[in-house]
Amino acid sequence: MTDITSLSLFELIKNIKEKKISSNEASKSFIDRSQKSKKLNAYVTENFENCLKLSKEFDNKPNYDLKLPGIPIAVKDLFCTNEVRTTAGSNILNNFFPSYESTVTQNIWNEGGILLGKLNCDEFAMGSSNETSFFGNVQNPIAKDLVPGGSSGGSSSALAANLTPVTIGTDTGGSIRQPASFTGTVGLKPTYGSCSRYGIVAFASSLDQAGPMSKDVKDSSILLEVISSFDKKDSTSIDFKRNNYSSELTRNIKGIKIGIPNEYRVEGMPDEIENLWKKGIEYAKDCGAEIIDISLPHTSYALPTYYIVAPAEASSNLARYDGVKYGLRSSGESLIDMYEKTRSEGFGEEVKRRIMIGTYVLSSGYYDAYYLKAQKVRQLIKKDFDEAYNKVDAILTPSTPSSAFKIGEKSNDPVSMYLNDIFTVPVNLAGLPGISIPAGRDKNNYPLGLQIIGKPFDEQTVLNIAYSMEEKINYKNNITDWWME
Amino acid sequence: MTIDLKTVKHISKLARISLEEKKAEKLADDMNSIFEFIEKLNELKTENVEPLTSIAETTLRLREDKITSDNIREKILKNSPEKNDDFFVVPKVVE
Repeated sequence: MTDITSLSLFELIKNIKEKKISSNEASKSFIDRSQKSKKLNAYVTENFENCLKLSKEFDNKPNYDLKLPGIPIAVKDLFCTNEVRTTAGSNILNNFFPSYESTVTQNIWNEGGILLGKLNCDEFAMGSSNETSFFGNVQNPIAKDLVPGGSSGGSSSALAANLTPVTIGTDTGGSIRQPASFTGTVGLKPTYGSCSRYGIVAFASSLDQAGPMSKDVKDSSILLEVISSFDKKDSTSIDFKRNNYSSELTRNIKGIKIGIPNEYRVEGMPDEIENLWKKGIEYAKDCGAEIIDISLPHTSYALPTYYIVAPAEASSNLARYDGVKYGLRSSGESLIDMYEKTRSEGFGEEVKRRIMIGTYVLSSGYYDAYYLKAQKVRQLIKKDFDEAYNKVDAILTPSTPSSAFKIGEKSNDPVSMYLNDIFTVPVNLAGLPGISIPAGRDKNNYPLGLQIIGKPFDEQTVLNIAYSMEEKINYKNNITDWWME
Repeated sequence: MTIDLKTVKHISKLARISLEEKKAEKLADDMNSIFEFIEKLNELKTENVEPLTSIAETTLRLREDKITSDNIREKILKNSPEKNDDFFVVPKVVE
C-alpha cells in the first residue's frame, strides 16, 4: 500500500477505523521518517518512545468513536505539555517541564491523539522565518536553505515533509498562515476566543490564537472541531455554538459574496502575487461566488499598530521570566543583578528588541502617544472590516507579499522581516478567522498562498470557500526528500 | 524623534535586561528604524475614536475562590533553579 506518512489525516483515520493500519504502525512510520529527517531541525523535543507505548495501549483497547483514534501528532513547542519539556524556542525555558497541559493539546489527547513531539518555532513566537529560535534554523522541505516561515516554522516544515499527519500552531500576526503559505500547506487562524489560550506560552494576549495546520482543508476542519472549545480557564474564551466543522463542510458556495480589498495592492508587490490573486478571483467565480470590490481604508496602518500592541503586551507577559521559580538563572551579585543577567542571557536578540519597544511605549510619558494611539487605530481597522462585512461574507487576499526567502536573507533588517506579515496582521488586530491555502507557485517553483478572511465565528464559511477553491486550484506539493541521505 | 543611547539604557533598566555598550548602540539603531515606521500612525486623527482594548466583547467572568488543582508542590519546585526544602532561593536582598 501507499506510504502511511503521505496520507491525509482523513484517510489515516479511515484506515485506522477500518483496521487496515494500527495506531502503532502509523506511529512507527512517522517516527521512522522523522528520524531520517533530522536535517530539517523541525523537532525540539522528541516524544517517540512514549508515543509508541501509548499507540500500543490504544491498539490493545481501541476506541474508534474518537475523532482522532490513535493518531500521532507533533505540536508547536509553544503549547505546555504536562511533564514534557516546553521551551517556546527560548534558552530561558530550555529546561522547563510544565506541571499542566494546555487546553488545546488536552482536547487532542481526549479525542485519541498521541503526542509525537514538540516542534521548533521562533523564540516566544516572535519571528517570521524560524530564525530567532534558540534551537536553530529550520529547513523548508520545498528547497534547501529556504526558511519554512514563522513563527510556526517547525510545524510547517514537519507537516510538509510528512513527519506528522497534521499539527497545531499559534498565530499572533500570521504565524500559522505565513508558514503554511511558504510550505504549500493549509493553515487556519480561528476567531479570537475560539480556541483556549490556557497553557499556551503567552506572547501578545489580545492577538494570540491557536489553530490547525494540515495538508488539505478537510483535515483542518477535522482538527478545528477537536481544538475549538469554550474554556473557563481562559478569561477571553467565548461561549458560542461551535459547528461540526468537518461534517458541515461543503463545496456548495453558490452566491456567496467575496470581497476584494483594493488596499491590499501594496506598493512594490511582485507581479506573481498580483497574478496569483487574479487567478484566485477567477477560481472563486468558478466556484459560484460573487466577487465584490471593497475598501479597507486603514490597511496600511495595521503593521505600525501591531508593532506597538504586540511588543507592549509581550513586554508585560515576558516580565515573568526572572530566573526565580523556573527556567534559566544566571548568577548575579544581588537580586536585581540576577534578574538583569538572567534576562540578558536567556532571551535572544529579537525578543529583547520587542521587550525594549514594548517597555518604551508603555513607559511614563509615552503611553498616550503610542499605546493608546495604537488601540484607537486598532478600532478603526476593526471598523473597516465591520463595514465590509455589511456587503460581503468573506474576503480574498494573497497570504504573503512574497514566497519563502533564503535563510539569512532578511535576518539583519527587522522592518523588512515585519513586512512579511502585511496581509495577515490586520486579521489578528480585528480578531477574525483567516485561512491560507496553497494556490500556485512562483518563478522558483516555491509555493504561494491565498488567504480567505471570514466574519467573526464564521469559520465554516471560510472553510467551505477554501474547500471549494482547493478543488479547482488542485495544488500538489512536490517534495523530493532532498534532506535524506 | 530619535531614541538616544541614554534612553535605551534607561529602558533596559526598566525591562531588567543588562546591555553591553555595543549591543545598546545596535539596539538604538534598530529601535529608531522601527519607530520611524511606527510614526506613520500620526497621519491619522483619532481624538474621537474609542480605544479598542479587547476584541472579545465579553465581561470577565467571576469564579468561586476555591482550590481546583491537586497538590503539585513537588512538580512546581522541580523546575526551580535553586531551592531549599519547600522554598525558592534568591540572592540575598537585605544587608
